[in-house]
Amino acid sequence: MTVLHSAPRMAPNDGVIDAVTQTLGGKLLAAREEHGEIILTVARDQIGTCLAALRDTHEYQQLMEIAGADYPSRAERFDVVYMLLSVTRNHRLIVKVTASESTPVPTVTHLWPNAGWLEREVFDLYGVIFEGNTDLRRILTDYGFEGHPFRKDFPLTGYVELRYSEEDKRVVYEPVKLAQDLRQFDFMSPWEGADYVLPGDEKATPTTAAPTPKATESKAQTGAGDKANEKAADKASTGAPAVEPIAKADPAPPEKTDSRPKKGDKA
Amino acid sequence: MSFTLEQSPTTGDEVISNYTINFGPQHPAAHGVLRMVLELDGELIERVDCHVGLLHRGTEKLIEHKTYLQALPYFDRLDYCSPLGMEHSYVLAVEKLLNVEVPIRAQYLRVLFAELTRICNHMLNMGSHVMDVGAMTPNLWLFEIREDCLNFFERASGARMHSAWFRPGGVHQDVPQDLLDDIDAWLDTRLKPLFEDAMSLVVDNRIFKQRNVDIALVSKEDALAWGFSGPMIRAAGIPWDLRKSQPYDVYDRMDFEIPVGTRSDCYDRFMVRVEEVRQSARIIRQCIAEMPSGPIASDDRKVAPPKRAEMKSSMESLIHHFKLYTEGFHVPAGEVYVATESPKGEFGVYLVSDGSNKPYRCKIRPTAFSHLQAMDFMCKGHMLPDATAILGAIDVVFGECDR
Repeated sequence: MTVLHSAPRMAPNDGVIDAVTQTLGGKLLAAREEHGEIILTVARDQIGTCLAALRDTHEYQQLMEIAGADYPSRAERFDVVYMLLSVTRNHRLIVKVTASESTPVPTVTHLWPNAGWLEREVFDLYGVIFEGNTDLRRILTDYGFEGHPFRKDFPLTGYVELRYSEEDKRVVYEPVKLAQDLRQFDFMSPWEGADYVLPGDEKATPTTAAPTPKATESKAQTGAGDKANEKAADKASTGAPAVEPIAKADPAPPEKTDSRPKKGDKA
Repeated sequence: MSFTLEQSPTTGDEVISNYTINFGPQHPAAHGVLRMVLELDGELIERVDCHVGLLHRGTEKLIEHKTYLQALPYFDRLDYCSPLGMEHSYVLAVEKLLNVEVPIRAQYLRVLFAELTRICNHMLNMGSHVMDVGAMTPNLWLFEIREDCLNFFERASGARMHSAWFRPGGVHQDVPQDLLDDIDAWLDTRLKPLFEDAMSLVVDNRIFKQRNVDIALVSKEDALAWGFSGPMIRAAGIPWDLRKSQPYDVYDRMDFEIPVGTRSDCYDRFMVRVEEVRQSARIIRQCIAEMPSGPIASDDRKVAPPKRAEMKSSMESLIHHFKLYTEGFHVPAGEVYVATESPKGEFGVYLVSDGSNKPYRCKIRPTAFSHLQAMDFMCKGHMLPDATAILGAIDVVFGECDR
């Protein structure tokens, strides 16, 4: 594919996958190149040795970022993504491991000291545990926050909101109350991707019609029970009540109102 | 603050053991809502525990619920001192996934305004840095330049700070020739005298040097290991600038130099920024001289909307316009990590697309995270007032750090 975009141009990817495959061997689970990025997937328990090998033999000196990502449909739902940069070879690598809530990822703080905060962030936002990180506190969320907000099943509005309470003279936490529902507009084209029925579309599908039309032909079918049926039998309607005509006086013109004071009338 | 007073067993004097103080979250020298728990031995800093996240707004989560175009304005609000620098990484990441060609004039405009943003950012940072260590006047003079820059942004995009002017496929609107002429003239008539005047007060100032020289020395190895970038890594003597080494847009056509520090102290970090301002002015001048005329956004109607006049007369344009501003464009599935040289360092965007009109995941790599994390080892053994100088030289903005 010819490169048309003007995103950063670094050293070419030629031969990088081969060289990395040779070094990592069986620890490398998958390697692919797409959109000009080399993405390696390695075994979770080997992440430390893999990144050490990449740093020491392939000159990827800097760990720029650790990103989490959540794919709830997978068995191991989280991706932990390490962005490596080589300042000598002018190249970047993306290294991934998968993890679940209960499978800790070995820490890489012994390789790069700045991994500490980056791992704390992934832990805070996704709940991935990093084994060996001695300072795995929350970092971005509030003191005493519960849950991991960047998981896909965590609602955008969150669960609690806070305000300053004049009575208590402090900030109080309360369940989120929205004055109107959170509006989630989905403008996806109904021909591609949208997986819901547009209002009105249900009329077009014949399968929604009931197979036998429902009708109440006898009193037993009302479903109100025998007692009600019997009562209904002895209290048959005798017809509409007689309508008494309402006596109406002949309409007379209203009396003249003259609230405006007359000339010379001094009240 | 806690004191433990006891009698020294030998001299009978009172002994004060280490004590901790809170620096921030409301402190004029904290550059935002940074809370640092400082463990002090007298006036010497023993340990720094930075508490960040007080400005966390969940930008990345919000972006997952917006279309690619709606997500763009969130980037202005990350580093609100250099908004266009933030947008740059994002639009390049989207363009890399789309593999869309950007017209050459748009690339020049982006580079021009990215450099103007760099000047704007450095004015604020250098001004507050010198103010943190005791000088008042340079800050006021530098703010004049910043005000001029904001006026230029307003003339280009209509907004002084939150421009949302870089768009996937180009820029939002073309700029009038007047603006380019004015920027060109401004470089000589305003930027140069104001900036050089302010710097003449600072760079050789004895007090400024006493406060900054030999403060927070960082070796090359440490700078690499701690993930430094931008002026922080260049001050450590590593000539690493993404504009040179991994050029994007038309940076490869620009003739500019990368200033590098020699001692890797706070003074070097400041001086690297001083020189960067001059180099940015060079780049701006080249952009204005070389900028061709032509379209300012991609002609791929599945990415960039048609002109408004065209939309009024052509049915097809109307449909494209409507679809782009409601559903937005679909981005091919995949993941990219795109980093640009923002004024503060490497600002990266890790963008995961699932092929729909919304990003599946958008991880933002703030520059401040790794720099602020190094506060602990940079401050160790320094005096308490040095912490403000170190923090000023890091150039941290919490909109970006906390996201």
